[in-house]
Amino acid sequence: MSKVVHLKRGLDIRLKGDAEKVFGSSVKIDQVALKPTDFPGFSPKILVKVGQKVKAGESVCLDKYNPEILITSPTSGEVLAINRGERRKVLEIVIKADGKNTSVDFSKANPENLSRDEIKDQLKISGLWPFLKQRPYGTVAKPESTPLSIFISGFDSSPLAPDYEFILKGQTSAFQTGINALAKLTDGKIHVGIRPDQANGFFSGIKNIVITQFSGPHPAGNVGIQIHHVSPVSKGDLIWTINPQEVIYIGRLFETGNIDFTKIIALTGSEVNSPKYYQVIHGTSLAGLLNKTTKQEAKERIISGNVLKGENVGADGFLGFFDQQITVIPEGDYYEFLGWAMPRLDKFSISHSYFSWLFPKKKYKADSNLNGEERAYVMTGQYEKVLPMDILPVFLIKAIIANDIDKMEQLGIYEVIEEDLALCEYVCTSKTEVQRILREGINLMIKELGN
Amino acid sequence: MKSLRKYLDKKKPLFQTGGKFAKLGSTFGAIETFLFTPNHTSKSGVHIHDAIDLKRTMIVVVLAMVPALLFGSWNIGYQNGLAFGVERGLIENFIFGFIKILPIIIVSYGVGLGIEFIAAQIRGHEVNEGYLVTGMLIPLILPVNIPLWMVALAVAFAVIFGKEIFGGTGYNIMNVALLARAFLFFAYPSQMSGDAVWIYELPSKVPVDGFSGATPLAQLAQGTTSKMASFSDMFMGFIPGSIGETSTLTVLIGAAILIFTGIGSWKIMLSTVLGALAIGLLCNILAVNEYMALPPYYHLVMGGFAFGAVFMATDPVTASHTEKGKWIYGFMIGALAVLIRVFNPAYPEGMMLAILLMNIWSPLIDYFVIESHIKRRLKRAKTKANP
Repeated sequence: MSKVVHLKRGLDIRLKGDAEKVFGSSVKIDQVALKPTDFPGFSPKILVKVGQKVKAGESVCLDKYNPEILITSPTSGEVLAINRGERRKVLEIVIKADGKNTSVDFSKANPENLSRDEIKDQLKISGLWPFLKQRPYGTVAKPESTPLSIFISGFDSSPLAPDYEFILKGQTSAFQTGINALAKLTDGKIHVGIRPDQANGFFSGIKNIVITQFSGPHPAGNVGIQIHHVSPVSKGDLIWTINPQEVIYIGRLFETGNIDFTKIIALTGSEVNSPKYYQVIHGTSLAGLLNKTTKQEAKERIISGNVLKGENVGADGFLGFFDQQITVIPEGDYYEFLGWAMPRLDKFSISHSYFSWLFPKKKYKADSNLNGEERAYVMTGQYEKVLPMDILPVFLIKAIIANDIDKMEQLGIYEVIEEDLALCEYVCTSKTEVQRILREGINLMIKELGN
Repeated sequence: MKSLRKYLDKKKPLFQTGGKFAKLGSTFGAIETFLFTPNHTSKSGVHIHDAIDLKRTMIVVVLAMVPALLFGSWNIGYQNGLAFGVERGLIENFIFGFIKILPIIIVSYGVGLGIEFIAAQIRGHEVNEGYLVTGMLIPLILPVNIPLWMVALAVAFAVIFGKEIFGGTGYNIMNVALLARAFLFFAYPSQMSGDAVWIYELPSKVPVDGFSGATPLAQLAQGTTSKMASFSDMFMGFIPGSIGETSTLTVLIGAAILIFTGIGSWKIMLSTVLGALAIGLLCNILAVNEYMALPPYYHLVMGGFAFGAVFMATDPVTASHTEKGKWIYGFMIGALAVLIRVFNPAYPEGMMLAILLMNIWSPLIDYFVIESHIKRRLKRAKTKANP
C-alpha cells in the first residue's frame, strides 16, 4: 500500500474548456521549433545552418556552458529559420517537417544491460538529456552529477490540465523501459506521485518505482510539492525530475533505437470550440492545430502550457519544450466601469468579497485582465493558503527583492520553482509578479553560488 | 459609460509624460482607475488573476464599518436627548447625529485624500487605496465634539508622519487612524477625554439633573460604578463614547463581514479577545479593588475594545505578517489593553495604546516566528542527513 499525503492548502480554479477524452482529427505537422528560451540558464550555440537537412535526433544546438547537453531536432526536415530577438538572442530554430519523421539510428539496447555512463551517453547524444531537470532551480540536470532520487509527478492538477491516465494509455512498455533506464542514473529511488483515484491506474502496473498518493487541490500535482513532502531539498541536495511523456521518449529510444518525439497534448480553454486531445510532435507549430478550432469571437491569448505557468506564444507560435497543453483564453484588454464595485458574477475569486463562493460548481471563462492595478503588499496570509509547503512565501519573495542570499537560502529557495508559487501570484490582491521575482532570485543564486 | 470612456481616452495623453498636465498624472490615474478597472493584462507569470484587488478589499472594510457608523449617528442623537431631556424618534436621532458626523467625515477624507494625492504625485506613483479605510476609521474613533480643525490637523499629522514618510500604503509601521487619535489625545487632552466630550453640546449647555456623560470606563476609573450602564446596554451601545465604537453589536456585524470575506484576520480578533479575557481573569483572581473584580467579559463591550480588535488590530500592514505571529500579536493587544485600563489611572481606555505599542512590536514578533521557522527547516535538513 502506497503512502498517502493529504494536502489541504491550494486552489482548484474552475475554468471552462476541459478537454473531452477523445482525440481530435490528426493535424498535419508542417513546422516544428526548438526554443532555447524554454530552458532557464541555457546559452545556445547553433550547430545547423538555414537550409540544412536534419533527421529526428540530429543535434541542432548545444549549451555553451555544458557542451555535452545537446538539443536535437524533433523530426526530420529542413532548417527553415533561426529567429533571433534583442541582442541576437536565439528565440526559435524552426524546422520544416518533411512528414517522414526519419530518425538518426541510435542503437537499441536493454537499459538493464547498460552501465550508468552508457545510458547517460545515449541520452545526451539523442537530445533526450534536457528533459531531465534538477532541483534546486528547475534547470537542466548536470550530466556529471548523480541525484539522490528522481521524481515524476503522475498527474497534473493545474487548471484544465490533461489527464495523464488518458495520454499514457497503452504505453506501459515504453514507460517501463524508460524507468529502467532512469533507475540506473540514481543510487536512490524513482518516486512517482499519483492521485488516490489512480491507485489502480497506469502506474500500478509499473515496476521499479515508489508510489506516493497525493490528495487535495492544485498544486498537489506539482512535482516540487511532492518532493517537499517525500524528500525535501535542502542545501547541497540534488534531485532530478522528469515528466511521464518524456520517460516514454526515453523508453522508445532504448526499445527501437529511434527518436520518436510524438506526444499527446490537450487543446483546452474557453475559446476552443470543442476541447480535445491531439497527437502531435514535440515543438509543433500551433497554426495548424488552431485552424478553425478556436471560436475567434474575441481577441485570443494562445498559451503553450496552462494558465498559471504557460507562455503566451500567439497563434503563430510553437508548443513549448515541456508543455503538454495548449490553453486559449480571451485577452482581457478592456476597461470595466467601476470594476471594484461590480458584483462580477462571471469572475472567480478565492475571496468571499465576490460571489463565486455561492456557486461551488460553476466554471468560469477567465481572461487575462489583471482585475486591478499593481500595489505594494497590504494583505497578509493569502499566499500561505494556496501553498502546501512549510515555507513562508511572502518572506521568501521579500528576501529575493532585497537580494538577501542568506535569507533566500534559509527560507527555502532550493525547494521552489515558478510553478509552485504560481497560485500565490494568482490570488495576490496586490498583483505582485511572484514568478518573475522568483526566477530572478534563482538566477541570482546560480550566479553567486553556482548551479 | 462609453462616452465617459471615450472622454477619458481623449484626455489621457494630456496627463502622460510630456503632456500639458503631466504633473497631475497620478490624480488623473486615480480618477480613471476609480471609474474603470484598467485594461492591464498579464505580462509575466500567471495569465489569469483573481477578481480581487486592493480597491475591492478596502471598500469591503468600509462597508463593514457602515453598521457602526449608522448606530453611531443614532447614538449621538440619543445621548444628546438623554442629556438635555429631549424626546426624539429613531429617525430624528439618526438625522441629528448624522448631521454632526458628516462634516468630520468630509474633513477626514478631504484632508487625507488630498495629502495622498499630493504624495503620490511627488513620488510619481499611483494613488493607493489605503486611505479609503483610514478616512472612515478616524471619524468613528473621535468624540463628537471634536473641532474640525483638530480633525484636519490630526489627519495631516498621521498621514504624513505615520504613512507617507515611510513610503505610503503598505509601508507604514503604525496604524494611521490610531496615530491620528493618539496625536489628538496627547496634544489636546481636554478635547479627547473627560466626561463632557462624548455628548454633543454637553460642554456648553447644562444637562438635566444627574446626567454626567461619563463613559463606563471613566466611571470604573473613578470608582463611581453605582451609575454604570448594564452589560446589555453596553453591548448594544446605548452609552457615551467615541462616535462609532460604543455598540459591540454593530462592530460584530462588521467582524462577521470581515471574517466571512476573508479580509479581516479572525485569528487576530479571536486572540485579542482571549488576551483580554485571560488578563481579566487573572485580575479577578488577584482582585484588591472593584475594577480588578470586574467580570472579564465586561472589558469586551466597554470603550473601544471591540472596535479596536475588529477594525484596528486587524490592519494587515501594521499587524504581524506571519500566521503564528498573529496569535501572539492579538493576545498581547487584548492583554495590554486590559492592563492599561485596570492599572493606569491616567488612561481610562487602553485599547489605542495597546494596539499602537503592538504595531511597533509586530516586526519583532515576526522576526522570532521567522527565526524559529528557519531553525525548524535547518533541523529538518540535519535529521535527514543523519537519520
